[in-house]
Amino acid sequence: MEENKNYTVSIYSENNIGLLNRISAIFQRRHINIESINVSESEIEHVAKWTVVVSLNEKLLKKIIGQIEKQVEVIKAFYHKQDEIIYQESCLFKIKSDLLFEERQIQNIIKDSNANIVTVNKEFFVLEKSGRTEEIALLHRELKVFGIMQLTRSGRIAVTKDEMKISKRLAKISN
Amino acid sequence: MDINTVEEKHIIPTITERLSGSEALIKCLLAEDVNTIYGYPGGAIMPIYDKLHQYQDKIHHVLTRHEQGATHAAQGYARISGKVGVAMATSGPGATNLITGIADAQIDSTPLVCITGQVASHLLGSDAFQETDIVGISTPVTKWNHQITKASEIPEVLAKAFYIAKSGRPGPVLIDITKDAQFEEFDFYYKKCVGIRSYKPVPVAKDHSIKAAAKLINNAKKPFIVWGQGVILSEAEDIFKACIEKTGIPAAWTILGASALSTSHPLNVGMLGMHGNYAPNVLTNECDVLIAIGMRFDDRVTGDLNTYAKQAKVIHFEIDPAEIDKNVKTDIAVLGDAKTSLTKLLPKLKANNHSDWLQKFKDLYKIEYEKVIKNDIHPTKEGLSMGEVIQEINIQTQGNAAIVSDVGQHQMIACRYADFKQTKSNITSGGLGTMGFALPAAIGAKMAAPQRDVVAVIGDGGYQMTIQELGTVFQQNIDLKIVVLNNNFLGMVRQWQQLFFDKRYASTEMINPDFIAIARGYFINAQKVEDRKNLARAVKDMMTTKGPYVLEVCVEKEHNVFPMVPSGASVSDIRLQ
Ligand SMILES: Cc1ncc(C[n+]2csc(CCOP(=O)(O)OP(=O)(O)O)c2C)c(N)n1
Repeated sequence: MEENKNYTVSIYSENNIGLLNRISAIFQRRHINIESINVSESEIEHVAKWTVVVSLNEKLLKKIIGQIEKQVEVIKAFYHKQDEIIYQESCLFKIKSDLLFEERQIQNIIKDSNANIVTVNKEFFVLEKSGRTEEIALLHRELKVFGIMQLTRSGRIAVTKDEMKISKRLAKISN
Repeated sequence: MDINTVEEKHIIPTITERLSGSEALIKCLLAEDVNTIYGYPGGAIMPIYDKLHQYQDKIHHVLTRHEQGATHAAQGYARISGKVGVAMATSGPGATNLITGIADAQIDSTPLVCITGQVASHLLGSDAFQETDIVGISTPVTKWNHQITKASEIPEVLAKAFYIAKSGRPGPVLIDITKDAQFEEFDFYYKKCVGIRSYKPVPVAKDHSIKAAAKLINNAKKPFIVWGQGVILSEAEDIFKACIEKTGIPAAWTILGASALSTSHPLNVGMLGMHGNYAPNVLTNECDVLIAIGMRFDDRVTGDLNTYAKQAKVIHFEIDPAEIDKNVKTDIAVLGDAKTSLTKLLPKLKANNHSDWLQKFKDLYKIEYEKVIKNDIHPTKEGLSMGEVIQEINIQTQGNAAIVSDVGQHQMIACRYADFKQTKSNITSGGLGTMGFALPAAIGAKMAAPQRDVVAVIGDGGYQMTIQELGTVFQQNIDLKIVVLNNNFLGMVRQWQQLFFDKRYASTEMINPDFIAIARGYFINAQKVEDRKNLARAVKDMMTTKGPYVLEVCVEKEHNVFPMVPSGASVSDIRLQ
């Protein structure tokens, strides 16, 4: 058995109701956990772009990609290794405002991590951090010791270094 | 639905008329050449049924006795005719009752369009009476599904539904229509769907892969063909036969591929898989080139994958790219429709014969004949065997009947021993193994092919799962022959209990009702056979009596089906006893 690795899956699809169910069912059937999923518009009008993160072995992932592509409303699916993509994730931390003034170290952490302060009021401030998985995890660990009121992390979004040729593909089918 | 997302090219000139959603739906069905529907009415689909009443001279709606029966009947209809089967049900329980048949159609690639009524759109999500999320429930078992909440969506969605169900690798589509959309009026016009931009149903076989496949086949010393339903679905039977006859390559079938080549053809070396024939299973692990055509290497066919045809180069002719390398790693994949690919392949194939290699199949057949087949079809012991019943049906129908089998021992025996002379003659639930399939599927098959003899072969267990469809048989006066092979057991499960659970027969014994009285209760002719000496006569009575007929045959209770590849074992470790 090959070992599991972290892969990013990109899917281009029509933007239709119910497709999320259909795609997630393909993972669910094989008892696979989706680590994160993001659906948004893409560079092509009316075409949705999915970014799914999973830890799997490549052999199995290839089969899953085939089963995703087989869905009527999916235009194309790809999988990428970490070094084939540029990706970002982001995270919001809600923290007590007192800490900002009482704990000097917090200010240094914020500065070093390139995080942005989104808002500050009397009770809390909100910190936003975008970056790679490990960077966010590091900031999380550092802030945790002071206490975090709320935390939310986004799914990964990614673009590939290589061209995807989706428009060309669509043009071919429409002609 | 967002019209912009689907780029369709349309044929057929259009005329607009103002219609209700329900009437529009009927017009869509007519435009798709539908003349038979199987279904069951209820509150949320009543507007459509009302219009069906108005159009009853054009569309025959068959009231089954359960919605599961409607899907299986539509499947039988589709499997024997190659057309799209249509089933209909109301919301809630009506819709959920369709699921077994839809799942069966999905795994066996059967084109179906299922239409369900739904609560009015303003009630969606409110736990309204008979509301169920059938689109959510059916998603994993449909090729495509969609909910319609506006009448104006009906033509486009129905056109897509038929196109998707039938094109490429066929499958079931479910369309859920809210009750308000059934009433709403709009300007109707219909355009057939001929393409969807995100969907490429038939990949085009690449010349270089055809060439590479031909080269491998031409140089093979011990080539072996395994074929499946793809040959039937693409109507490739003739070109397939031409390919094997030119090359002299022995060929074996999956149960869904059965009948694509006549049983008696000298190069037809039999059935693959768990209860298949001895030679094709054993020699799978001796061939040098394995040529798979329109089949998907199901685990019931391959047994243990780690020991499956490891010595062989594998060529896979397949329409669905997701099947390539899914179970068996291929050396050459030829993506495309089987008929198109084989048509390109044939001129590249060298005429050959592999008589020494074929002889090996014949030698192993002899062993299987002595150890298994002889006793199955010409038993000398007292009890009647399932095999001799099938044999008698072969004789009296001259191999021209379509055999619709249920699931269990009798299914394996029917597939093993039926003598098929024409294609689309073996209708059975392969991938899902759905007990209760045969009776309703046989109804659909007989209605789609009224000129053919259709014989349903069913176990006493499966028979009682959809026995109420005798009501449909009677009401429609369907000239269907129903053979119940009664062993008073859930035979196949009992066999496993005997072989693998030390004969602990947990809940497999059946105390059965009087099947003859039940048939007669539905005003259907019936006869029971307990002795060998009466068998031929009884089968003859059944085949020559006009109208439906139930023949109950009391067979040996604890007979086992052999050969057998125990689950998880290698195909070459197939047991003869
Ligand atoms: C709906 C459904 N439930 C359970 C099973 C499991 N199963 C497979 S074969 C079988 C026994 C079938 O018995 P019967 O119909 O009498 O046929 P026989 O094997 O005796 O020929 C059972 C219970 C099944 N295939 N389908």
